Order: sequence, then C-alpha cells, then structure tokens
Amino acid sequence: MAGVRISGLHKRFAGVHAVRGIDLDIPDGEFTVLVGPSGCGKSTLLRTIAGLEDADAGTVAIGEEIVNGVRPRDRDVAMVFQDYALYPHMTVFGNISLSLRARGRPRAEIETRVRRVADLLGIVELLGRYPRQLSGGQRQRVAIGRAIVRNPRVFLFDEPLSNLDAQLRDEMRGEIKRLHQDISTTMIYVTHDQIEAMTLADRIVLMRDGFIEQQGAPLDLYEQPATMFVAGFLGSPQMNFLHGSILRSGDNAAVQFGEEDTTLALPPGRGRPGVSNGAAVIVGLRPEHARRGVGAEPEPGTVRIEATIELVQPTGSRSYATFRLAGQPLLAELQAHDVSRPGERIPIDLDLRRAAIFDPQSGNAL
Amino acid sequence: MTDATTRPYRVRSRIGAELPRVLCIAGFVIFVLVPLYWMVITSIKPTSDYLALPPVWFPAEPTIVHYTAALFSYRGLDGLTNSVIIASAATVLSTVLGTLMAYSMARFNTGGEHLAFWVLSQRFLPPVATALPLFLMFRSWYLYDTHVGLIIVYTVMTLPLSVWMMYAYFRQLPRSLEDAALVDGLSRWQALWMVAVPLAAPGIVAAAVFVFVGVWTEFFFALVLTSRHAFTLPTVFRAFLGFQGAQYGEACALATTSLVPSIVLGILVQRHLVRGLTLGALRG
Repeated sequence: MAGVRISGLHKRFAGVHAVRGIDLDIPDGEFTVLVGPSGCGKSTLLRTIAGLEDADAGTVAIGEEIVNGVRPRDRDVAMVFQDYALYPHMTVFGNISLSLRARGRPRAEIETRVRRVADLLGIVELLGRYPRQLSGGQRQRVAIGRAIVRNPRVFLFDEPLSNLDAQLRDEMRGEIKRLHQDISTTMIYVTHDQIEAMTLADRIVLMRDGFIEQQGAPLDLYEQPATMFVAGFLGSPQMNFLHGSILRSGDNAAVQFGEEDTTLALPPGRGRPGVSNGAAVIVGLRPEHARRGVGAEPEPGTVRIEATIELVQPTGSRSYATFRLAGQPLLAELQAHDVSRPGERIPIDLDLRRAAIFDPQSGNAL
Repeated sequence: MTDATTRPYRVRSRIGAELPRVLCIAGFVIFVLVPLYWMVITSIKPTSDYLALPPVWFPAEPTIVHYTAALFSYRGLDGLTNSVIIASAATVLSTVLGTLMAYSMARFNTGGEHLAFWVLSQRFLPPVATALPLFLMFRSWYLYDTHVGLIIVYTVMTLPLSVWMMYAYFRQLPRSLEDAALVDGLSRWQALWMVAVPLAAPGIVAAAVFVFVGVWTEFFFALVLTSRHAFTLPTVFRAFLGFQGAQYGEACALATTSLVPSIVLGILVQRHLVRGLTLGALRG
C-alpha cells in the first residue's frame, strides 16, 4: 500500500498537449476518481502512473519512490482496462495467475491465491473457462481478480464499467466500492460518468483540457463548484445557468434577469461584496433547488415566482418541469404529482441560498 | 390442395437454384483434381502408356521404376533433402525475423512510415537483376553452391512478405492486451512471446506457409547459385526435358514426391489458419 504523488506532470502526444502540469497528492488508501469529458487527459494521467506512458516533464512517485523510468512491472500497480483486456488464449485461471507466474511464485502459492480471489469474486466455477465463454459481467470480475490477486500497492481503473449495461454497471459499482472498503488499498479510478464519480470517490479530481479544474470531496464539489464547468459537469439533470446582472442597494443585493425586469432578491451574504452594481453574472441553480411553492409565504431565503410549465418529464419518483424565467429556460425537479401537464401555471420557490454565482467571463465562482 | 399444388413447384425451384451451384463446384473440383490425378497416375505408368490413345486412366501394370530413377539416378532424393533443409531454415528465419520486425514497426512505429514502405519496395526490383551480382559475390564469399547461401537469399527475398503480413496482423491486435501484460509484470519480450505471438498465430502461420511454398517452388536462384551440392528439388526437373525427349514418368514421380511436404504442412497448420483467436478478448 502506498500513496501517489504527482508533481508538475506534462505529457504531449504528436501535436496534443494532453496533460499540462498536474500536481496531485493521493494519500495512502484513498479512493480517488479522475473525472472529466473525453480528451481531458484523465486516461493519459492514469497510464502515466502505470508506466505505460512516459512523462515529458514532472515526476510520479508511488510511496516514497519516484518511478519515472521504472518499468510498469516494477511499479507494483495493477490496472483494470476499459475493454477488460483478458488474454483470449488463456483460461480464467491463466489470466488471473499470469502476474504470479511471471514473478516465478511457487505453484502451490499460485493455486491458493487464485482460489482465494476467485472465491472473493464468486467466479470459482469459471476458472477453467476461456474469456470468450464469459458474459460481460463475468469478464469484468475476472479483470478485477487479475488485478487484486497480487496485492499491488495501487489499483488503477480505466473506465472499467463503461462497456456494461446499466443494471450490471450499478451492481459492479457497488462491488468495487465494497472491495475498496475491504482491502482499503489506494485506488485511482478514471471515468467520464459523473454518477460513478460521485458514488465511488473519497475525492473527485475533475479534469479539463489537461488541467485539474477542481478537486475535493464529492459533495464539496457538488455544493461549492469553483467554476461553471464543474457545476455543469456534476449533477444530473444539469445545473440551470441564468444570465443576469447584480443590483445593489446598501447591504442588499438582487439579480435582475433579462429585459422584462424580473428581479430576484438575493439572501443576505449571497451578493458578494466584490461584485459591483450592474455587473453581469450567471446564476447557477440546481433543479432540486426549484420546488413547488406551498403555503402562503415562501420559506425565508427562497423567492417565489409564478411559472407556466412548458414541458413535463415524469421519472416516477420525480417529475422534471421546464419553464421560463425572463425568457431563459429553467428545469425544476418537482415531486411526482406537483405538476400534471404542460401549460399549467404553478408557484415555484427558488432557493437562492443554494445558488452559485459565476463571472460570465472567466466562469469562476464569485 | 395447397400442398399438392405448391410442393412440386418448390422442389423444382430448389433444384433449379442448386444446379448451377453444384455444376460450378463440380467443374472446379475436376479442374483442380484431374491434372493431379493425371500426374500421380503417370508416375506409376509403364513408359508405353504415357501418350497412348485412347488415354490410359489406370495402368494395368503399375510400376515404381520412375520413382527409383527420379530419386536415385537423377539425385531427386538429394534435391528433396536440400529443399527440405533450405526451405525449413528460410521459413523459420523469415518468420522469426519478420515477427520481430513487424512487431517493432506495429508497436513502436520503428522507422516511421518510410521503413515499412522501404521493406515493401524490396519487391519492386525484378529478381533477375540481382542474380549476376549475387552470383559474383557468392563466388568470392564461398557461398556459391552452399545451403547457407541459398538460405540467406531466400530469407531476404521472403522477408518483405512475412513482415507485411504480420505487420497488418499485429496492428489489429488490441494494444491493451500487451499493456495489461506489462502491468501484470511481464517484460516486453515476455509480453511479445506470451501474449502477442499466440494471438497473432494465425497471421504468423499464414506467413510461414507462404514463405515455405514460395521457397519450395523457387527455381531461378537455385539454378544460378547452386550446382552439384546444394541444388534444390525444382532444379532437378531440368534433367527430365532433354534432347531425347521428355521423361514424363520420372517428372511426375518427382512432382508427386515434392507435393508430400506441402500437403503435410497444409494439414498441420490448417487448424491455426482458420482459428480466430482474438474472439472474446474484448467486449463480446
């Protein structure tokens, strides 16, 4: 077991600067998820940790040892690949035991360790089969078994669930999380799926264009996004972004949206002192922070508006309703029976205490 | 009623659809097998039956005299032995070197696109243009009329083919399999030997078969670069076409003999040629 420390890491491919100066400190035993849209450099970063790519600049340290130039086999990491990468000409036993055989472990020890892992993953009866005789979920288990059989210092996962169907993905996600709780080895997990990132991670590292956009605990990123990109990437359905401008009078601040003079007062403390009167802002509001208004008065800190619903998308437990605020579309996550059909006019409470306010130029939170 | 009216129509239409197919296949089988049959049967015919009219489809008194003549009097057995040695050695060398080169080009982009094209361009040169220089060099390097000399020539001649066949094969092997092997603790050599080569086996075997057959039937360089010692099977056939006429029996006996190794090889590798080993490697 060991932590991973990355300093000033750069990686270029022909014409593409894939990783542009990453500094990242992953403590021993942590489950870190690297997440971001495709092409953000997350897989390259993972492959550089594995030793499958060489860093152009910067260092990668596993434990206390800097491993730049150390061959993958000597880094003592294990990796699970997106396409499983099972050796098709070897049985499940052959696949799981290859790393032990390559290290020349005694036969009896190999047998015991493979059996123990197969037991753990419930694939004992598959040991004699070939990968082509396995289902997707079974292949995924074998790939994980191959990784854990030799107790590596660090586990690397490269989008391991993206080839599975939705139900199996949920199941395997739970198994990976349980696995981490059982063996508590450092795990670095790459995905483009924000739900996987939120559910699995002790810490999310959100990447964009070769940089780290923000890192932290999943709920910290969700509730206090540093940029519009983070706010938009995490959460489904996506956060609503509304263009407006700040109106300031004394200690109170409000946001004016659009031409129609829709002005919503911000709760105390939300109009940051640094933002000058009249400054353009983008207000980010998550769908679950727009609720159907009940009672005569809105809760303190929330603002009530009358909304004409344009689109209703029931999901069973919730219904997503789209309406317009000063001409800008806004999606609200309502209770299933809060709204029945488009055209309905209902009160909506916007919880501006939870809103994020961004600078439209830089995209940074204000 | 419906059955009675439709059934004859259906049967007729099936025969109508099948007949051209059957005829085509039958025609092709005859086209391939009759010359072979004629060759084998001529090799055991007495001399008087060669050109008899009407043709003799099976001799009344089969004989092996042509075999003993071709193999011993005409030194066909020596030619056969030389051919087996030279073709096997050249096949092994060409396949091993070709595998290493193709893997290097496919995985590390060795030499960029220029090396790959240069390898292929070796086939642009008419082979005959190299015959005289080779002959002169071989004379001064004591390679003339030696096994080693012919093995070198054939290895060099067949490398472009084996490199390109395996280059194509290695390029379509998923890279993640070798990545997995490297992370699993294998060295690059072990990953090549334990993962890439078994998966590329159909391509390697196909290349080896092409090389072997090409070398086995090569005549021109064998003729130019050998004389009494390292001569190969194809050069023996010259002796059967002389001023006194053609020795059909001996020629057919030697031709029949020379088919045996190719057929054995074909049977041995057939399994590998058709097996798609990458199935199930990735998501299925």
